[in-house]
Amino acid sequence: MKVREEQDEEERTHGRYTTVSIPITLYRRIKELIKDTGFTSVSQFVIYILREVVSSMEEERLKGEKLSEEEKRQIIERLKRLGYL
Amino acid sequence: MVSKPHGGELISRIASDKEKARILSEAREIPKLFISRDLASDLQNIAHGVYSPLKGFLIQEDFLHVLHEMRLSNDVPWTIPIILDVDPEEISGLKEGDELLLICYEKPLAIMRLEEIYGWNKEEYVQSVYKTRDLSHPGVSKTLKRKDLLIGGEITLIDHLPNSFENYTLWPIETRLLFKERGWRRIVGFQTRNVPHLGHEYVQKAALTFADGLFINPLVGWKKLGDFKDEVIIKAYEALLRHYYPKDSVVFAVLQMEMRYAGPREAIHHAIVRKNFGCTHFIVGRDHAGVGNFYGPYEAWEIFKEFPDLGITPLFIRESFYCKKCGGMVNAKICPHGEDSRIRISGTKLRKLIRGGEKPPKEAMRPEVAEAILSFENPFVE
Repeated sequence: MKVREEQDEEERTHGRYTTVSIPITLYRRIKELIKDTGFTSVSQFVIYILREVVSSMEEERLKGEKLSEEEKRQIIERLKRLGYL
Repeated sequence: MVSKPHGGELISRIASDKEKARILSEAREIPKLFISRDLASDLQNIAHGVYSPLKGFLIQEDFLHVLHEMRLSNDVPWTIPIILDVDPEEISGLKEGDELLLICYEKPLAIMRLEEIYGWNKEEYVQSVYKTRDLSHPGVSKTLKRKDLLIGGEITLIDHLPNSFENYTLWPIETRLLFKERGWRRIVGFQTRNVPHLGHEYVQKAALTFADGLFINPLVGWKKLGDFKDEVIIKAYEALLRHYYPKDSVVFAVLQMEMRYAGPREAIHHAIVRKNFGCTHFIVGRDHAGVGNFYGPYEAWEIFKEFPDLGITPLFIRESFYCKKCGGMVNAKICPHGEDSRIRISGTKLRKLIRGGEKPPKEAMRPEVAEAILSFENPFVE
């Protein structure tokens, strides 16, 4: 039933993981950098950093919650009735 | 500023009056599924955005991702599968795309659009979520007794469970507005399933010192034998807050959600839930959501390293104790005195004293809190 989005060739080939390329010089720098840090591989480090960056970029794109004036009034009324405000 | 909802959007799956009328008028024709109180709590939590970004019970792709990667299939962190289990005969004749009326205590609570029916491997589940297959773990034994199939799909809530704690129940849309109205920007969430002792008060106040507000959010719902009853926890907190907390700095509200005792995974789950309530920070206790010796004392701290994209800041506050020389609650980082000056608070010892009708010492528990607990004939889950 669930409609799967069309996956690209790379995703079909590698299952849960796919391959991206970084310059070998950067790879070596990272490899050196992560020694004794708890990161066990360059891939692990790159995934960590990307998730951090992506989530912060996504957060910036989010807009504030939209409540109608009526919804807001009702919530505030209840909060007052319960003694929270 | 309150936290952004997890996954970017605060979910609301509550039927409009028109939708509710439509569902109820067709109710006789819709196949029914009777669900437990715990599942009904999950249902309400989905509908009110406590579990944002979930819109329903997990479909298989998300279920497997959560089990193996601790993330939903869109990579958003999620550690505890929110699932609906059924027996094959309960859904016989149903096919994907059908609607189901979910009923608890004879009350129609929600409509579910059946998206997927799938099997699950409970042994694999408990190993992944609880990191053990030991039947003495309460989460393991409970899971292994669950039904053999899972159904996934979006839900729409049409009614609520009876709620003994209505006056202490707030949903994320309410707390988020409440925090804004109070002008809070840094909000610390505190999860508990216990009555408060001085150690809890210490960590809460340590966190509150640098935050604008504290959100104390005890769980009500299924707990294991020997835990404190929900009403006891509430009475104990009422006493503590009345006598020892500034009213304007604290919000106290309960959350109907079962304890799973899944240690580190559940610590992440608890943090995500409080993020949806609007918290920017979350206190992670020593052996958070643990039980017995199934998890290391700081495993629940370690797991946060795997989630740089969680969107809520964990606060790891050291274990506290009473120091006779310092004359108050302290921790090992700020107290220079030796072990002979320290009185450590043991939950087991406190329970033993209370079980015998004795008041715990004032170095462990506020007398007003102890009195509130002892006013119950039996404060423990039987």
